[in-house]
Amino acid sequence: MAKTLYDKLWDDHVVRTEDDGTALIYIDRHLVHEVTSPQAFEGLRLAGRKPWRTNTIVAVPDHNVPTTDRSAGIQDPVAKIQVETLDKNCREFGLTEFSMNDVRQGIVHVIGPEQGATLPGMTVVCGDSHTSTHGAFGALAFGIGTSEVEHVLATQCLMQNKSRNMLVSVNGKVAPGVTAKDIVLAIIGELGTAGGTGYAIEFGGEAIRDLSMEGRMTVCNMAIEAGARAGMVAVDDTTIEYVRGRPYAPSGEMLEKAEKAWRELHTDEGAVFDKEVHIDATAIKPQVTWGTSPEMVVAIDAVVPDPDNEADKVKADGMRKALAYMGLEAGTPIKDIAVDKVFIGSCTNSRIEDLRAAAEVARGRKVADNIKLAMVVPGSGLVKKQAESEGLDQVFIEAGFEWREPGCSMCLAMNADRLEPGERCASTSNRNFEGRQGQGGRTHLVSPALAAAAAIKGRFADTTDL
Amino acid sequence: MQAFTQHTGIVAPLDRPNVDTDAIIPKQFLKSIKRTGFGPNAFDDWRYLDAGGPDIDNSTRRKNPDFVLNQPPFDKATILLARENFGCGSSREHAVWALVDFGFRAVIAPSFADIFYNNSFKNGLLPIVLDADIVDDLFKRIAAKPGLELSIDLEKQTVSCEGEVIARFDIDEFRKHNMLNGLDDIALTLQHADEIRAYEERRGQEAPWLF
Ligand code: SF4
Repeated sequence: MAKTLYDKLWDDHVVRTEDDGTALIYIDRHLVHEVTSPQAFEGLRLAGRKPWRTNTIVAVPDHNVPTTDRSAGIQDPVAKIQVETLDKNCREFGLTEFSMNDVRQGIVHVIGPEQGATLPGMTVVCGDSHTSTHGAFGALAFGIGTSEVEHVLATQCLMQNKSRNMLVSVNGKVAPGVTAKDIVLAIIGELGTAGGTGYAIEFGGEAIRDLSMEGRMTVCNMAIEAGARAGMVAVDDTTIEYVRGRPYAPSGEMLEKAEKAWRELHTDEGAVFDKEVHIDATAIKPQVTWGTSPEMVVAIDAVVPDPDNEADKVKADGMRKALAYMGLEAGTPIKDIAVDKVFIGSCTNSRIEDLRAAAEVARGRKVADNIKLAMVVPGSGLVKKQAESEGLDQVFIEAGFEWREPGCSMCLAMNADRLEPGERCASTSNRNFEGRQGQGGRTHLVSPALAAAAAIKGRFADTTDL
Repeated sequence: MQAFTQHTGIVAPLDRPNVDTDAIIPKQFLKSIKRTGFGPNAFDDWRYLDAGGPDIDNSTRRKNPDFVLNQPPFDKATILLARENFGCGSSREHAVWALVDFGFRAVIAPSFADIFYNNSFKNGLLPIVLDADIVDDLFKRIAAKPGLELSIDLEKQTVSCEGEVIARFDIDEFRKHNMLNGLDDIALTLQHADEIRAYEERRGQEAPWLF
């Protein structure tokens, strides 16, 4: 029978199935970070259990680490305890960890692929909802809660119900200046934040095929923002080229064998999806969110929408609350909205390609006077090194950006990088929820190029407006 | 895990869609390495007027009188009524821990985000999906009669109000069984350790690069 990519990945990992269809699924890669793991390790210890297969685990501190000089260690005592707890747990159970001062340290979803720890055909989990990122490799990757982290540690498996299949096909080519971030924001605008709930989404179509692995990761990263636990892209030459030669990837004969299997990781001709969504790539423009949910998104040349034009009462109320929180009025052109801070980083947009795109815009220009802080936070120590070898750090610094150490940073503001109440931010992260970047902070999600343009103009602008 | 069989309690109405886990428990409280103690900071940004933090004593903070969970009788609620897509966003199980620690035993909504839904079952918090119409009607009933109690029967999969069954809900058999009996998922899975090893054996032949 013709199968979808998701069907294939699922079938390859079923250990057993209960009468009601609940399945025990085997996990190939378990990524661990400091925020969602301490209680899981504690549970393991209390029950006298040991990790089932330690070589599947890669751990890294990312959420709490400072992005400024780290030579003095972490100043925040509570964050310090959490990071040290991860170090301690990894030592106790003999797990691989890229600790804070390792050049390989970075955001968990950046370092997995970078190290080749994420491979096509794998099941990848992490106590983090943006684990969907790894689906870009033709892998089944999804976020789990802490009890499930403990379950995977103890059994290498998870109890799961199969999701339904959805295809999101982005057809045709995007216009120059339209990036992976714009594509995925446009998809979420179309689907809504709950549109993908209960589904595993396969992203396909010419515009997705045309993306680099970095771009595909950006798209899959935000599948969760459309409600889908997993997003994925079929394996092709781009995937295999990226994986080849990475530290954790197979090599030699083993790679040849693996490659043969990986080439099968696509949806078969004639396979049926439970739902299909087709999007015209040529109509996508650079996107900016205006509200407190990623679905509240419009094109850069549009105006803030009016709740009075929304027929659904619950939705209209949500829009009013969002406008009040964001301090915006319906009808305001997006390009008239001034920005206080700019954040370029996060597991959505902190890879080398993202930094190149932002640097291209910043090159030879200056950050506007009204911008209190414009910061660039590379996704990993290796991304940072690469950028520095290309001179991108100098481009940013000369333009007036701060060049920081890798970590989650102002994506969720668990460390010192945050918005003050009322401050407005152009951010390349993935969530514009109330308080996400600091209590009372106002987040607008954009691509790296648009974030850099906002820094230069002091308000939202297209790169062509500079 | 605490078993769930039947429960009767006051329902608190939280009338907004897309309540995300950042709102249920803001990130500054995620630095704890424990599973307990999150209740006083559930919905922290909405619940208090001044800023909080892991080392700030909540009893000294001003509560927001407009927030529903600060208003009697809802401060004693054990069932939460919400709108679409409850629990979206971050996978943090701390959100479920915070709701349980506050005293909630069940959440009723037209839809839940997947990860939150899963996490709830691991902690004895019952997420109940009801039709948007029924949920809407419940919001109206509570507005007319604050302090209204609902009774939930997991065995029968029913929700009752004032002695009358007002809705039935769906739930997977496997999850229901574990919840009714308060079973530990890990112990259950380890009963199948041989099958897991057999899978590893087989898969190791097919895809040796994974081992
Ligand atoms: S960068 Fe942001 S979204 Fe990504 S893992 Fe870190 S906190 Fe989560």
